[in-house]
Amino acid sequence: MTKAGPNRILSRAQRESSTLTTLCAGCYNVLKRTAFHATHTLTPQQAINTFNEEQFTGGVEVLHFLEVLRDRIGFDAVEKAVKAPLNGLQVGAYYGCLLLRPSDEMSLDDPNRPSIMEDLLARLGCTPIDYPARTQCCGSYLSVNSAEPSEALARDIVQSARKSGAKVLAVSCPLCKYNLEIGLNTADSIPIIYFTQLLGLALGVDPQQLQLGEDQLQRIREAQKIEAM
Amino acid sequence: MTLSSTPKRVGVFVCHCGLNIAGTVNVDEVVDRAKKQKGVVFAIDHKYLCSEPGQTLVRDSIKQQHLDAVVVAACSPAMHESTFKNVVQSAGLNRYNCEIANIREQGSWVHEDHERATKKSHIAVRQAIEKVNLNEALQPIMVPVTRRVLVVGGGIAGIRAALDVANAGYEVYLVEKSGTIGGRMAQLSETFPTLDCSTCILGPLMVEAYRHPNIKLFRLSKVEDVKGYIGNFKVTISQEPAYVDVAKCNACGECAKVCPAEVPNEFDMGLTWRKAIYTPFAQAVPPAYVLDSKNCLGLLPQACGECKKACDKFGTSCINLDAWPQNHELEVGAIIAATGYELYDATKLTEYGYGTNPDIMTSLEFERMLSASGPTSGEIRCPSDGRVPKEVVFIQCAGQREPETGLPYCSKICCMYTARHAMMFHHKVPDGQAFIFYMDIRAGGKGYEEFVKRCQEEKGLLYLRGRVAKVYDENGKLIVRGVDTLSGKTVEIKADIVVLAVGMIPSADSHELASKLKASLDMYGFFAEAHPKLRPLESPTAGIYLAGAGHAPKDIPDTVAQASGAASKALDLLSSPTLEREPTVAKVTGELCSGCGICIPLCPYTALSLSPITKVAEVSAALCEGCGTCIASCPSGALTLRNLTDEQILAMVEAIVAS
Repeated sequence: MTKAGPNRILSRAQRESSTLTTLCAGCYNVLKRTAFHATHTLTPQQAINTFNEEQFTGGVEVLHFLEVLRDRIGFDAVEKAVKAPLNGLQVGAYYGCLLLRPSDEMSLDDPNRPSIMEDLLARLGCTPIDYPARTQCCGSYLSVNSAEPSEALARDIVQSARKSGAKVLAVSCPLCKYNLEIGLNTADSIPIIYFTQLLGLALGVDPQQLQLGEDQLQRIREAQKIEAM
Repeated sequence: MTLSSTPKRVGVFVCHCGLNIAGTVNVDEVVDRAKKQKGVVFAIDHKYLCSEPGQTLVRDSIKQQHLDAVVVAACSPAMHESTFKNVVQSAGLNRYNCEIANIREQGSWVHEDHERATKKSHIAVRQAIEKVNLNEALQPIMVPVTRRVLVVGGGIAGIRAALDVANAGYEVYLVEKSGTIGGRMAQLSETFPTLDCSTCILGPLMVEAYRHPNIKLFRLSKVEDVKGYIGNFKVTISQEPAYVDVAKCNACGECAKVCPAEVPNEFDMGLTWRKAIYTPFAQAVPPAYVLDSKNCLGLLPQACGECKKACDKFGTSCINLDAWPQNHELEVGAIIAATGYELYDATKLTEYGYGTNPDIMTSLEFERMLSASGPTSGEIRCPSDGRVPKEVVFIQCAGQREPETGLPYCSKICCMYTARHAMMFHHKVPDGQAFIFYMDIRAGGKGYEEFVKRCQEEKGLLYLRGRVAKVYDENGKLIVRGVDTLSGKTVEIKADIVVLAVGMIPSADSHELASKLKASLDMYGFFAEAHPKLRPLESPTAGIYLAGAGHAPKDIPDTVAQASGAASKALDLLSSPTLEREPTVAKVTGELCSGCGICIPLCPYTALSLSPITKVAEVSAALCEGCGTCIASCPSGALTLRNLTDEQILAMVEAIVAS
């Protein structure tokens, strides 16, 4: 019964379209796994269906926007559209856990050595930085009721990225972004940027429209300059 | 179908099997109800029918009661069918006048309801009575035996099996795919638990096998085709040329000096390089160079030929670059499959980072480094920069016992060799520290537990119970992040070398060989045995015997024991010039057969053919295993299975339904 919510979303989505794109790793995880369980009959659908007014029949594919860029649009096309390449920007891609795991159900990328974000960032001109903590958990909703462990995790992740030379962290989930930003004091922090903001910059979109703060933008430009020297 | 006009006088014997049967099944009731069946003139129970008094009871009753046929209600026929058939035969009856009603494995053991288990046992007895009534008196089929053995695989298992058969006086063909015999054991530095030098104990056996007058070695060879059946296999072997005359080569090595083609040395697990013309290792047998045609710059047409020039000038003119592959037709009575193992691909274990950093290595790579003949002459060095490692982390069960992402099974030897590796590391780097992540220590074997304890206590190895989540590189140091479940804390260890105890998988060619032998494999690709407990040396396919890690992960003592066991099984077969085969095989009624040939390609044992004279199907009784596939396929009902005819099956079904 706990899957009634996502099942309802899926059943309504399949009325509208054959694909459902998410921007949040958490939503992606819940929706994709619910769809997987429903189509592989791993959950008793009958119970859910009696609860819901509409039935999900597997008619919608759940995608993360990263997947749309890679598989539908293609990174080649993305690269061609780049107007202002972010040359020299050392970006650490942060995946977290929900985007990739459990890998047999998510099947987006290798859960231990993913590359989808690095592949995209490289096309935007960035220099992707590999660092150990990029698939570690950010604490997810833990930050809501018990900030301490979540902050420790966030510190670990950001420090790991900084040590490896990342000047900016690109994330694919708003909750990860929140956790990584909130847990750090300003001295330690590096800009945590949702990956579409970097995509927008590279495509030549006005930074204000991208909701990039003055400070963040300045630090991105500085990082690029340091590298250029 | 020959039916005796007078009905058979049937005796029914019901076994208690102690409480195994009698604890659930009411044996007295089964006996009483059996007595009431048509044709049954005698029924009795016994506590242990398979015991000597039990067998005597059956034998005496047959004589006293003038029985024509016997039904034994007891355990599975896989257990004691032959026992009771022998008893029946010894009492003067044809052995096929005996049927087993399985009331243990399919009765008492799997049911709790006494009443229903008793009823089911009665039904089993009834249908056995119907079947035995219609059984023909058959004679075993006698087939001649070719008294030679083929051993596939030249590792320690194949060598031991070949030597045992050869020492008993029979000829052996030993087929090995590489340029030398020795297999995995030759790669090992020491062996647990006694720390014997592996090559020192293997080397003499390799030489003995090579020099044995009864063993013919086919190296660089593979089995191409297998025809025939137990006692009479016809095997085709294809052999790649070595391009070097073994009789002339004195292993001077002049050829390798000038060879321009360098490839990773598989004997050193790719840690060193070798030339395209090379000797696999110092103790290789035969002790000659061999040219690896795949990596040679070119033989057809000849591209380089430097080796031949050098050999002609400085050596013994033993290189012939115009050699051709050869096929050999061999006739053997038994085949021993000793195909060995490979390591699970460590790059699949992405969390451990194998392949991203040379200091993350597999246990077999570390083994080569420990070896005096290895890439570092036995010194332990970090492959990345050659420094002496101070902290080494060993990860046991790497990718093993993980049904979801790796191998679900345990490879059995890793606990032992990891303890040995860690001990040897401390030996060679006394101020170093070894950390071992383990799930539990499986040291079941003679002297094994003592060995592990000794390693732990004497050498101060740090055993951490838990799994490693991740291995990553941070500024040139490997960080191993794991959990110590005994303290409940996560641990981070900075390591110079990480050694992964990856699991054993069947060697890549075993699948192909199995399909040629028609030998079944288990779910992991290891050779399946005929019975996991009672027939662990034999494949379900008659005449195929199993030895070594191609059957299941095992250590050297177990491998050697199994190899000798498989050899003695083969010798058992060879001990007689003829062989008895079960006559319960398919039979063609020529008058009914239309010669359509549907059955012929379906036969898994190639036992069926179309007679060139009568144009109807013919069964080679020696090849037929009595599986019944052809019978089910025959559109005209011309095929029947001896002693399991349609008439018998219907009578049995009727008996079951009527009960």
